[in-house]
This record gives sequence, structure tokens and C-alpha cells, in this order.
Amino acid sequence: MALSFMEGNEALARGAIAAGCNFFAGYPITPATTIFNNMLKMLPPINGICVQGEDEIASMGYCIGAAMAGKKTLTATSGPGISLYSEQISFAIGSEIPLVIADVQRLGPSTGSATRGADSDIQFLRWGSTSGVPVIVLVPKDALDCYVLAVHAFNYAEEFRCPVFIASNKEIGMTRESFDLDSITLPKIVERKIFTGDSYLPFEAKPDAAPPFLPIGGKTIVRQTSSTHGPDGYITIDPEVIAQNQERLRKKIHSARSRITLFEEDIKDNTDTLVISYGVTARSVEDACKKLENKGKPVSILTLKTLWPVPEELLLQKAKLFKRIVVIEMNLGQYVNEIKRILCDKRVEFYGQMNGVLITPAKIMEVIENE
Amino acid sequence: MNSFLNKSRPLVYCPGCTHEKITKGLDKAFVSLDLDADKTVIVTDIGCSGLFDTFFNVHALHGVHGRALTYASGLKLADPELNVIVTMGDGGLGIGGAHVLAACRRNLDLTLIILNNFNFGMTGGQYSATTPTDAIVGSEFLNQAEIPLDICAIADSAGASYIDRCSGFDADLPEKIVKAMKHKGFSIIETLGMCTGRYTKKNKLTPKVIDQIITDLPERSGIVEKNQRPEYGKRYRALTKERTVFPEAITIEKQIEIKDYQQQQVVILGSAGMRIVTSGDIVCYAGLCAGMNVSMKNDYNITVLRGQSVSEILISPEKIGYPGIESPSVVLALSDEGVQRRKKIFANLKPGAFVLKEKSVDIPQTQAEVIEIDFKQLKIKKQDWALASLGVMAKNKKAINKEMLDYALKSRFNEKVYQIAMETIEKIFQA
Repeated sequence: MALSFMEGNEALARGAIAAGCNFFAGYPITPATTIFNNMLKMLPPINGICVQGEDEIASMGYCIGAAMAGKKTLTATSGPGISLYSEQISFAIGSEIPLVIADVQRLGPSTGSATRGADSDIQFLRWGSTSGVPVIVLVPKDALDCYVLAVHAFNYAEEFRCPVFIASNKEIGMTRESFDLDSITLPKIVERKIFTGDSYLPFEAKPDAAPPFLPIGGKTIVRQTSSTHGPDGYITIDPEVIAQNQERLRKKIHSARSRITLFEEDIKDNTDTLVISYGVTARSVEDACKKLENKGKPVSILTLKTLWPVPEELLLQKAKLFKRIVVIEMNLGQYVNEIKRILCDKRVEFYGQMNGVLITPAKIMEVIENE
Repeated sequence: MNSFLNKSRPLVYCPGCTHEKITKGLDKAFVSLDLDADKTVIVTDIGCSGLFDTFFNVHALHGVHGRALTYASGLKLADPELNVIVTMGDGGLGIGGAHVLAACRRNLDLTLIILNNFNFGMTGGQYSATTPTDAIVGSEFLNQAEIPLDICAIADSAGASYIDRCSGFDADLPEKIVKAMKHKGFSIIETLGMCTGRYTKKNKLTPKVIDQIITDLPERSGIVEKNQRPEYGKRYRALTKERTVFPEAITIEKQIEIKDYQQQQVVILGSAGMRIVTSGDIVCYAGLCAGMNVSMKNDYNITVLRGQSVSEILISPEKIGYPGIESPSVVLALSDEGVQRRKKIFANLKPGAFVLKEKSVDIPQTQAEVIEIDFKQLKIKKQDWALASLGVMAKNKKAINKEMLDYALKSRFNEKVYQIAMETIEKIFQA
């Protein structure tokens, strides 16, 4: 057996390449820069394009332009960059532009700590755009996940024609680790659905799906606009048309949410506590639970890999048998509120930490044991 | 084609607005260039100039205020065959200034038409980056405290290879646009015009006054000789053509069988410039050569050649969960600032833990086994202390042995560097 050795950021870049990514634009920012560095080495040999924007706003603009020309695009940044991306993210959401955004999170708020990890942006990614249209956010726990989730992210972006976020973390992105690259079975690559009919209206779609795509620069004239538009891509003030489009933007993600739900579980018989976590924290949870089992105090684990849309069915189904839910997050409590909302009849306990260091297995054991 | 204008979308500008003349001028330019509509895109942003894309039967991308050039660049990079025309008002120019500068510097083959009508028409005639100081606009007195910018002068110094300035009323506007579009590189035309809905209500601006403004400004008439250079896309493709080798992932075969290997937690405490990260890498390679799982976390300041550098490595026969260090088995103390960064770990070290301390480094009290080494006396340079420490680890069979280290160095370095590294390691073994 031969193990590969790479940091999460490199794994994410390799996953993007495996997904067919052929365009990257970004702007250097710790701890996401090495995604850019890797793409700059990987894209030219396969005839892909990799450029540095004059700033984050521009980088997202390049991705939007390239995506509309038919490219599969990736960009990577951290919290301060997501802030700057925000207006372009709204555009991509509202105008159904497929792209993947890697957010290698660092400790916020604001410029915060460039080289300290935290799951700072979990709610920001969901709500950092105008209108409240749902988004897809995937969250890796290690380098292997970065690789695999990058492929899922591109698949979702292509299918739903929307930006998909990979909420990584400095502690994953910049941690080098070994994993068996050859043992991975990647999901089947999903390509953008291309329009094949006669008269193309760029935003004409089924009520719960993204519209079929045609590129700018192709034989059929295409309109793209950031303004409120009807199926023809021209500005509209018709309340019915507006309402239908808003509803469709919501529905196309919501109606597919159980399919978008990615997770890992370790449910043990005769346990009354379910520990829910995500990201790098899930690894500490696993270690803690192994030790607890050795002490004769087993608990069960649910590790979320899809945070948005909230995997409501999964949470309800998995939590059903448990008396007590413990949520651990590398922030002061961002996602726990979603879990409390879904599991409103359960006892939900929380531990969060926002100090630039990983939550240790010992701390998690203490939280679980201190009932 | 005799017109690219969309008959079902009549122009909606205020009566007398210069935008109408420029729209028609742009259409004439398209006709005269005999463009393929399906290989042409108009990119716009917000404001009255943002209406342009809706009047033409070509591809269109209308986006966020000031960002039109960013989408245009993405489109052109992705599809070099596209004719890309960007329209932008003086509002977009102000808010997207960084993108204008970048486009000038980059010289990607785009044509930017700036529709300067000296104010924000749509939002109420507020002052923009080009509003004259003495104009009466919708911003009370604010414009009187600032001066307008000359975008052509800025573009010139930013490296634009083609700059033209004219009145929106110029009869030869279509020819000017044709020339700009034919230019292989980034071209700018600044058109000066009248906002009849707002600006000219309180300011005396006529076609004649516009002509006078243009005469009073430095002349701009197209090619900027000093800024001529290859078009960006062409240059980019030439540069990337030489990049043919895809970097494959680093993969290390298991080469050594080690029995009963217990998980090891190695902490290297040093400073920038001591090759701490490289040494951490080598420890990981050593683990990988023995078929172990490894992980490495590094901790350093945002400063580059100063400050601490700490590497934390786990080597384990099991899959690694928590990637932090809970109970180090090996600590290499190679600089005071590195030790300071992790001083808390020393008190908690177990008696079986192994600490290597360079003679010049102070460490807190610990119950671990401490070996002191004087690398200076061994004539080992500071940048090799970390590497030499790996020799000490191997010699004492702590976390790695000599065979693992030898394989690691062979895998990590080329033959020449490997030989030099092994010389340092041998020094330790012979000491």
C-alpha cells in the first residue's frame, strides 16, 4: 500500500481537477492560498486557466464570466475574502451561475487571525447574500473529505446552477496528512444540463429545477443579468413572474435536500447520547468517543458533511432513539441553533470554543461525561 | 446585418440623452465590423449605461455596479474568440476603479466605453468621480470639496495600450469605436455626454461646451505608443504552453516492516530559517516509509524570516483522528522562541518522553528524559540543527530509526541533497 501525503488545500485542488474544474481565479489569503498555488500548477498542463484577480471581488467576477462561458470554475478564500465576495455571491445565487467557492475558515471576526482556525463562517455562508435564497454548504473533516467533497460540490453546482461552498478550516487546509488516494471511489461526474430545444429562454425551467444552460459565446444568444428577471432574462416587475422565480430558486435546493445530505455515523446499540459535530471537530469527537467506549461509556456519533440545506430528515431520523444530543462546534454556537430548531423536543447540549486552537478529545470527554 | 438593435426593445433614455447617440453609434460600429452576433457580448453594470445590453441582439451579461470589467475578463479568458464590449458610466468607473486599473495593466483584448455624463443619473444626479468642482448636482456642496479625475490620464499611466476621448455627439463616433475594437489589447474610449434628466437641468452643458472640455484636456486619439505590448490572452497562452507537466500527488510506498509501533507525537520547536517544516516533513516521510499514517500541523507567525516555527507530527499505525498533540513522545527544543511558544507542554511531559535540547536553548522543568547536544561544537550550522536532531532521534530510536530516516531523506530529496543530508546524520551517529 502507498499513502499519499498532502494538506487539505492540495486535496481540495486535486478533487476539483478530478471533478473537471478548468478555471480558477483567486486572490492570496492565508489559510486558503495554497489552493490557488496548487491550481496554478495543475491547471496549465491540462489547458485550464488560472489567474489572480486584482482583488477578491474581481476574482469572483472572473469566475462568473468564465462560468457563463461554460467553464467549471473554482475560487478559494477565507472569511475576509468571503465578505468581499458577498455581492458577487448574491449575483451567482440569483442568476443561477454554477461555481464552487472554497472557504478555508480562520478565526474571525474581521481580519481576525490569519493562521488560526475556527468554524467562523457557518451562518455567514448561509446568510451572507441578499434575498435569503438557500445555498449548499459542504464541510470536510480531513484531507480525504476535501478531495471527495470537491467533486460533490462541482456536481451540485452543475446540477443546481448555484454557487456551492466548501467550508474548510485552517486546521484541515494547512494540515498535511496521509490518506489512500487510490482507495477512493469518487461520485460520478455530473455535467451541466445543456438546452437542446428550439427557442431558448435562459431562465425558463421546471418549477423545482435549474434552467438548462447555454454558454455566452455559443450559437444561441444568451442573456445573463443580476437584475430581477423573467424567463427571458430581461428585467421584470410582474409580481407573478417574480414570485415564481423566487419560489423556484428556493425549491430547486429544498426539494433535493435529502439527496444533498452527506454525513457519517457511528450509531452504537444501547447508547443514550448522540454527539453531533462537523469539520475538524468531528475528529476530536471520534477520538473522545473511542476513549469513552474503552471506559465502558459508549456514545453515538453523527458527523455532518452537508450543513446547508439543513439535513432535517437525517437529524430527525438519527436523533429519534436518543435522550440526549450533544453538539460540539469550533465557534461559540452557530449551527447548534439549527439542530435545536429541528430537534425541538430533545435535550440539546452545546460546547463551543473560539480561541484559535482545536477542541481536544479530553475536553469533549469532559463535556459528554458531565451530564 | 444592417442593425444589431433589438426591434422589440426600443431605447428608453430621457429625451436628449447622449446615451442614445452612443447606442446607435455602437450599433453602426458593429455593422461596419460585420460582427458575428453569437461571438459578441456586451457587458454592463448598474446605472443608465447598464441598459445598453438590453437593446442589442448579441450576448449580454449585466452585473453588479462597477464590476463589468471583471465578468468581461472572465468571458474573454474563457473564450478568446469573443468580441467583448463593456459599457460603464462615471459611477461604475468610480466604484470599480481597481478593475479599470487592472484592465489597463493586463491588456486583455476588451473594449471599454465609458459614458461620462458627470453625475449619477439614475439615483438623483449625485456627484461622481468626474463631476466638476463647480457643478451644481444632487449632493448639495460635496462635489465642491473634491476634484474630478481624468480617466484617460490614469489609464495612460496604468498602461492602457489604446485610449481615445470624444464627444458622444461626434459624427465619427462609430469609426472611433471600430478602431478601438480592432485594437488587439485593452482599449478605452471615454465619451462625454449630457444627462438631460439631471445634470443639464442646472449646469450649462451643450455639445459645444463638451467639445471645449475635450479641447482643453490633453489629446487622446487611440494607440498609446509607450504602452504597446502583446495582448494578455496571447501572452498568457504562450506562457502556459510551456507548463506541460501535471504535478502528481506525493505518494510514499511502504518499504519497511516495523512491529509493535506505538503512536508517536513529535514536536519540533524552532525558529524561521531553521528548516523546521522541512524536518517535520521528513519525519512524516519516515513514518510513511514504514507504512504508518501521519499528520503534520505547523505553527508560525505571519512574519516570514522571523519568529517561531513549530511543527507537530503524529505517526500512528491507526487512522489519525484529532490532529493535535496531547502528550508528546518526542520534543526537539531548538530555539528559545520556539520553546516559549509551547512552554506549557514541558510540565506535562511523561517520564518516558524524550527531549532533545540544544545547548543554547533553555527549557522549563520537565520529568521527561532530556538529552543536551551542542550542535555548535559538532560544527553543525543552525539551519541544519533540525535535520541533525532527526539523526539524534534515529540514533536513540525515538519515533524513527536510521533505516526510516534514510528512506525518508531519499524520498524527500534528490541524490545530491540526500548525500549532503546524510553527511549531517552520520556526524550525529559518529559523535
